[in-house]
Order: sequence, then C-alpha cells, then structure tokens
Amino acid sequence: MSTLVELTNMLLGGLAAGMVLFIVSVGLSVTMGLMGFVNLAHGGFAMIGGYVIVLAMNRLGVPFVAALAIGFVVTAVISVIFERLLYARLYRAPELDQVLFTIGLVFVMIAAVTLVVGPETQPLTLPSAMQGQVNLGFMAYRTYSIVLIVTGSAIMLALWLGFERTRMGAQIRAAVDNRRMAESLGINITRLFTITFAFGSGMAALGGGLGAEFLGLDPQYPLKYLVMFLIVVAVGGLGRITGVFYASLIIGVLDFTLKKYFPQGGTVFIYAMTILLLLWRPQGLFGRPA
Amino acid sequence: MINRVLMASAALAVSAALAQAQEVKIGLVAPFTGIGAELGQQIDRGVEQYLKLNADEFKPYKIKIIKRDDKNPSGADSKTAVQELLTQDNVDALAGWIYSPNAIASAPVVSAGKKIAVIMNAGTAHITTMSPYFVRTSFSMWHSGYALGEAAAKQLKAKTAVVGYSDFPPGKDSLAAFKRSFEANGGKVVDEIPMGGPAQVPDFTPFFQRAKDKKPDVLFMFVPAGDHSLAVVKTYGALGMKEAGIKLIGPGDITQDIKLQAMGDAAIGLITMHHYNADLDNAQNKKLVASWKKDYSLDSTPDFVAIGAFDGMAALARMIVATKGKMDSDGALAALKGWQYNSPRGPISIDPETRDIVMNEYLVEVVKGSDGKLHQKEIGKIENVKDPCKEQKIGPCAPKS
Repeated sequence: MSTLVELTNMLLGGLAAGMVLFIVSVGLSVTMGLMGFVNLAHGGFAMIGGYVIVLAMNRLGVPFVAALAIGFVVTAVISVIFERLLYARLYRAPELDQVLFTIGLVFVMIAAVTLVVGPETQPLTLPSAMQGQVNLGFMAYRTYSIVLIVTGSAIMLALWLGFERTRMGAQIRAAVDNRRMAESLGINITRLFTITFAFGSGMAALGGGLGAEFLGLDPQYPLKYLVMFLIVVAVGGLGRITGVFYASLIIGVLDFTLKKYFPQGGTVFIYAMTILLLLWRPQGLFGRPA
Repeated sequence: MINRVLMASAALAVSAALAQAQEVKIGLVAPFTGIGAELGQQIDRGVEQYLKLNADEFKPYKIKIIKRDDKNPSGADSKTAVQELLTQDNVDALAGWIYSPNAIASAPVVSAGKKIAVIMNAGTAHITTMSPYFVRTSFSMWHSGYALGEAAAKQLKAKTAVVGYSDFPPGKDSLAAFKRSFEANGGKVVDEIPMGGPAQVPDFTPFFQRAKDKKPDVLFMFVPAGDHSLAVVKTYGALGMKEAGIKLIGPGDITQDIKLQAMGDAAIGLITMHHYNADLDNAQNKKLVASWKKDYSLDSTPDFVAIGAFDGMAALARMIVATKGKMDSDGALAALKGWQYNSPRGPISIDPETRDIVMNEYLVEVVKGSDGKLHQKEIGKIENVKDPCKEQKIGPCAPKS
C-alpha cells in the first residue's frame, strides 16, 4: 500500500470525524462565549435533533435531506422554549448552578427519550447514493465521509460569511468580545442570545443526524460525547467559529491517526494533549486571552 | 357438628399458610438503564417468557423476581446491587449479569452470601471459577471463539487473520480462544487490535482501516452484543472490506438477532459461530419466537441474551423443585447433575465439574431470505461443546493450586 493512499485514508477519515464534531460543537462555543453560560445539555439538543431526523425517516418515510431540515427547525423551536422557560432564569446565576441545572436537564432528556422511544439505538439508513465507495482516481473511499467533508466545509463557509459579513454577526462578535460595552451600545443581548441559542441547537441537531452513522444515536448520546464537545470548545476558544472549526479538524485527524497506529492507547492521547494544551494556553488554541 | 366445621376450617387455614410459605425469591441483576438497557430488556423478557410458557415447572412453588439495575459495566454498581439483594431482600437465589466485569466484581459477595447465582450472560471463561456458587447458563467466550478458530482454518480455508476486540475481559478471552485454535490449525493471526471499551461504541473507522491495510483473509471481531455490533457491520460495509476480500467472522454477538435487520445488506455473508440464533429450526425455538412476537411486537425477536435468561430460569426451576424450595446450595448443585434440558438452542446440560454449560455450537452464515429479511443459515454444527478453556486448563481457567 502506497504511502499516499495511506495518508489520504487517514486524512479523510479524520476530517470526516472532525466535521461532525464541528457541526455539533459550534453552537456550544458561540452560546458559551456570548453569555458565559455553561450549557452541558448542548449534546441533548444534538440527540433530540438526531431522533427527530431518524424517526421522520423511519416512521414517516421522509427523505434524508428533508429530514435534516425538519430536525433543524424542530430542535431550534424546542430549544427556544427551553431557553425562555428555563435557561433565562439562570443567566445571572453562579456557574455551579448553571452546571447543575444543565446536567440535570441532560438526565431528564435521557429519561424522556428512553420512555418515549426506548433504550435502543436508532438505525439510520443513508440514501443509497451516499452509501458505499466513491472512486477518487487513485483510490476508492467511503462516499459518506466525502459527503460529510463537503457539507461541513459548506456550513463553515456559510457561518463565516454570516459572522463576518452580516449585522447580526457583527453584533455577536461585539457581544462576545465585550458584553457590557455591546449592551450599552444598545444591542439587545437577550434577543441575540435567544436567536444564537436556537441556531446553535439547530446546528447540533444537524450534527446529531449527520453524525449518527459514526456516533450512533441512543438515549446516552448527550453524556457519551459531552467530553468530546467540551474539548473541542476548550481547544478552539470560546465564541470563535474559525477556532472551533480548526480545533475540530485537528482533534478529528489526531484522534483517527492515534487510534489507527496506537489502538492500545484508546482516548488517552486526546485527553493528555488537551491537558497539556490548556496548561500552555488556557484560553484555547484560537481564543484571545481574557 | 360445630367441632367438625372448626376442625375443617383450621385444616384449611393451615394448608393455606403452608402454600403461602412456598414463595421463592430470585434476585435479578441486569442493566435496565444506560448503555446496556436493551440487553437488560432481553434478560427481563427471557425470564418472563419462561415463566409464561413453563409456569408448571415451578409448581408448587411461587416465584418472586426482585429486579435490581446494575446500570453499567463498571462492576461497582453490580456488586452493591448483589449485596442489597442478599442482605436486605434475603433472596434465595441470584441471577442475571450481562457484563463480565460485573460478574467478576460480584463474585466475592456471591461467595460470602452462599446463594446459588445463575449467570445469564457474562461470558468470560474463568468467571465460574471465581465462586463455587456460580452456575452459568449462557456461554463462555471460548465456546464460540475456539470452535471458530478451527472452522476458520479448516472450513473457510483462511491463512491469515486480524483480530479486533473490545478491550475488556471477554474481548481478551475471545482473542485468546480464537488465536489458540486458529494457529493450532495452521493459521496466523497477523494483528491484534483493541478497539475501545464496552461502555461506549467507538467510531470503528480507524481500527478497520488498520485491519484493511493488513489484508487478512478474515477479520475476527469480538464486541459486546448491542450497539457495538451494529457499528461494526456498518463500518465493515462502508470501508469496502467485503469487496477487498476480507471476510468478517466472530461469535454471534456481531449478528445479534435484535440488531440483524438494522445492519442491512452489509451483513450478508457474515460468518459466525454461536449457540443460538432466532432462525434455529426446532420446536422449542419456534414456540418461543411465536410467543415473543405475539407478546412484544412483530419486529421484536429473542436473541442469545434472552436464551441465557430463559435457560437460567429452567435451571432454577430444576433446583428449586429438587430442593423443595429451600435452595440450599449443595442440594441445588446436586440437582443439576445429570440434568438435561431441551432448550430453544438445542439440548443443554450443566457440567458438574465446572458448573458451566454444555451445548451445541452452530456455524452460521447470514443470507437474505425470500421475505427480503436477513436470516441466519446453519452451515455446520458441533455437538455438546464444553468450555475448552476449563477443559484444557488454560491460563486463569486452570484450577488454583
């Protein structure tokens, strides 16, 4: 096996995994950066979205792409209800209260999904065009990984344009950098937060559906991957879309490579590297010092 | 006259009191929540189906099942659950255990409690040596792994194999069993890849990429039943390993009946060695599958986890009746000597030396039936297999001197 093929295998596999991480975590990074709110239930919205998508496909026969759109909208709406009813009461609360509340919410979500749908993994069958292998010229590769890489890059580009080129994007950036100043300039932070929260949860829902092929989908989802999402946000820096993007890809590729060549190590490497990195740069690889 | 009536009613009262005293309590330990919840449900239903289809077997004793959730494969929660069942609920016998680490952690408590404990799933070979009160009605990893090592070399004509396994006791067991017999029959294991743990399903892509690069004839996979198996078969299909000429084989965990249909066409051609699948053609199994589908849903099916529980109840029925409901451990173990039972998996017995199960192993290929569903087709059978690990006294299975 030529080195080029092996290298491409590694890169594509890692990038695909990284894209899923990015799509799920980006909302978490922005809401955390914006309000300083520690939302450990973020993965729960990814799970809810994933379930909506899979159930729409399996029970109602909705095609994959349409189901993704439904998952995005439904989850965004649910998250707004949660945000207005519950989260809003805790914005001024100490971080410990926020952590306790959101982790409690995760347990409620797990129990609710187990009760309504059942404890088993929901099988997601991809459209046949996305299954199997695609010929890249010098080698064949898993079609769905390529789909993920393309989709993830497109989402990144759209988010970047939205962040850098729109009025709302500018408001978010301003609020992340200095909330008090932004507020005194008349930016309605609460409204801004509700919108970003809904959008971030919708993105998480997309990630839940798109990633189900790799990460599976069962009631334990929000707890199983919580650490991964938090690592991405910690490494990428709070409130930075590009930071989360690079961090996701780096972690995706490193995790893939290390697992392939040192399977005995398990996830230890990623944890060790995160610790070392945060010792060196507590604000993350791409965050600005506080 | 009045005296007679009094005496008759007194006699009635006494016999009623006696009948009530005949309750036997069984503590059932399994994960009813968390990642293993689905497996816990199979145990639960296996027990329920036995009680329903064979209610007479326990007569005249009344069975009370006390369930405890042991949540995860960590061991600690299971041990606590067992302790509570023994000391607070005063159970007469214990049963359950999906995960090996949980049975291993519970062993000292079981020994101290001196109650018979029927292992309904946990398959690490040496567990039964850890307490004299363990009786296993499920399987040992060596039953399937050892038999498949020989079949892979002889029937599948494989020369090289890569072994992938979940990194916990039964995974290492399965690797050791397969490797020993595969290499004894002229094969060579070219790579051994630990693939994450049992507590969560990893993304198998990097591991399978590594396996694919080694170009073996077969990839032998052990993962715990449940969601792991689904991910294994999906990744196998998506990476084009079948097209690359690598056959996926393993114990029946990778073709667990409750996951089989969700695996899709990638599962076609999978070869497994196991003691049960829902397609087994015998009267007992047909009766169980029919009752199961009627009670739960048409899409539901029993699997090997449920059978471990079903047969566990059969063994408990035998022991309870033979000891007249006392369930003293000596009497109970003596009652299993020479016990033969016609299980849905075929004839079984308990080896009095090791308290482990003796059963048939079936070599099976996954095929697509005319109904469009996936089925398991028998292509070979080995009768009355004892756990080779204990039979050949290998490693931790050897009696301690």
